[in-house]
Amino acid sequence: MKIIVLMKQVANKDAILRINKEATWIEEGDLSYEVNESDGYALEESLRLKEKHGGGEVVVCSMGPQRVKSVIKDALARGADRAIHVVGDDTLRLSPFAAAWVLAEAIRGEQADLILTGLQSDDNGYAQTGVILAELLGVPHATIVIEVDAAGEQLRVKRELESGWYQWYTIQKPALLTIQSGISQIRYATLKGIMAAKKKEIKEVQPALEALAAAAHQRVTKIYFPLKTKQTQFLGDGDAKVGAALLAEKLRTEARVF
Amino acid sequence: MSNGILIFAEHRDGAFNKTSFEALAAAQQLGASLNQPVVAVVLSTDAALAQEIAGYDVSKVISVESPKLNEYTPDGYTDAMEQAVRALDPQYVIMPHTYLVRDYAPKLAARFGKGLISDCVRLTAEGGSEVVFSRRIFLGKIDADVVTDGESPVFATFQSGAFRGDQAKRGAGAVMESMPVEVGEIRMQPEPAFQEVKQAVDLTKANVIVAIGRGIKGEENIAQAQALAEALGGDLAASRPICDAGWLPIDRQIGSSGQTVAPKLYIALGISGAIQHLVGMKNSDTIVAVNKDPEAPIFDIADYGIVGDIFEVMPVLTEEVKKLKG
Repeated sequence: MKIIVLMKQVANKDAILRINKEATWIEEGDLSYEVNESDGYALEESLRLKEKHGGGEVVVCSMGPQRVKSVIKDALARGADRAIHVVGDDTLRLSPFAAAWVLAEAIRGEQADLILTGLQSDDNGYAQTGVILAELLGVPHATIVIEVDAAGEQLRVKRELESGWYQWYTIQKPALLTIQSGISQIRYATLKGIMAAKKKEIKEVQPALEALAAAAHQRVTKIYFPLKTKQTQFLGDGDAKVGAALLAEKLRTEARVF
Repeated sequence: MSNGILIFAEHRDGAFNKTSFEALAAAQQLGASLNQPVVAVVLSTDAALAQEIAGYDVSKVISVESPKLNEYTPDGYTDAMEQAVRALDPQYVIMPHTYLVRDYAPKLAARFGKGLISDCVRLTAEGGSEVVFSRRIFLGKIDADVVTDGESPVFATFQSGAFRGDQAKRGAGAVMESMPVEVGEIRMQPEPAFQEVKQAVDLTKANVIVAIGRGIKGEENIAQAQALAEALGGDLAASRPICDAGWLPIDRQIGSSGQTVAPKLYIALGISGAIQHLVGMKNSDTIVAVNKDPEAPIFDIADYGIVGDIFEVMPVLTEEVKKLKG
């Protein structure tokens, strides 16, 4: 079974974000990066499927400037077999459709049995690149997957629905799945893995991004910190019990919630 | 020429999803600003569903019908909605940003050579000028204003709580039509949906939520928060660490990996307010935060704050609430 896993490099979760002068994007100069959380679980699931079903290949694919090589090398060290790096400086500005289109071009020839990716990115948070990619490749998909059974001719996947509901789907192969965070324990790279990764192939692909930028259908005009709309009333002045009594009264008379 | 606002109303088991009415409120606002009619689309043959939507201020309710739409699949819904959108030729297609919409709508938009403007929190369309969609990026830390170029339709989804469902305008006189559609091959077969936890609560429907975080310290202390929730007639919920620790089941988790709620009252006890939690509850009407740390980010979005020990607050608040309720 050949599995492609799409992984994105995103700003570190704890990074202090600053907005650039033009208010068009964040200052990237001194930012630290990490792998998008759910993509890490997509890789782990890919590696487990390969181990469970006796071999095949896990190909990691990442898009972005040269710095995304750190995500790729880390994935190779954890056990991915080879990589495709879709090189582009400004890929974060791509609309989800354009991003999916570029990725489709990069991986179409691989004829993978399975394509896995995280359910959404922690930066743009579009939550759609995977689904659009499936449509462009002409394969069925399932989103927010928390369990994959690949033993049979067809896949069986468990999807998370809202409000504590779940559902199993049987789905034809090849297919694309978007993986939820937290579904397994992610392995660490071993020293042996890190050494082995150095010999693994990273193929660079250079897409024609300019043409896509011209065809953008959604455009970010400005970014800003969310406005603080609330004025907090602090109650009790340090005395929690007094605060609690005041609060009960205010909830009754001001907020009228009970 | 493209005209009108199409709203996709999502249903399951014969009832609309609450966020469908929020999306309807968004569509009505957009329609009023642009002076364009709002048309609701329901993928069902259930006349009662169509009737319910027809009780709102919309010009038309279209029941999109095919035997292949009896249960949700992304292939089926995409085929059906593609035909509805092509036939109705709207300028905007508005949808709630639910798991179901996330599952099929990007595929639908891709059929039109585009993506969604997804998970929007605001809409600005004053005086018929350019329509601006605002969405949160970087896990809610930053807002981005988005405009659209190119051809209709524009597909946009709205985050749960971005609009209030009870502000969707009622009306009468909507024209009701049915639209049979041809649905192609369905490449996935769903099994019945199920719940893993018995008596699982749908916190999205709760009016009052009392939520606990790390500050609760131990499983044995949860009863105190439970007592407060009961006094207020509300439900107990938690931030992720509490559910990860197994102190409360996962279906009580609020936040990006749990449920997104917007109750009338949300009381956050010992929750610092990491963004992953805030995105799940920030649209609550009234937010109360109790935390020892005066710098805790939860206070940024709180209407009422108490800086102090939750173990002092919980029993007093519970008693006072009971007293006031009589």
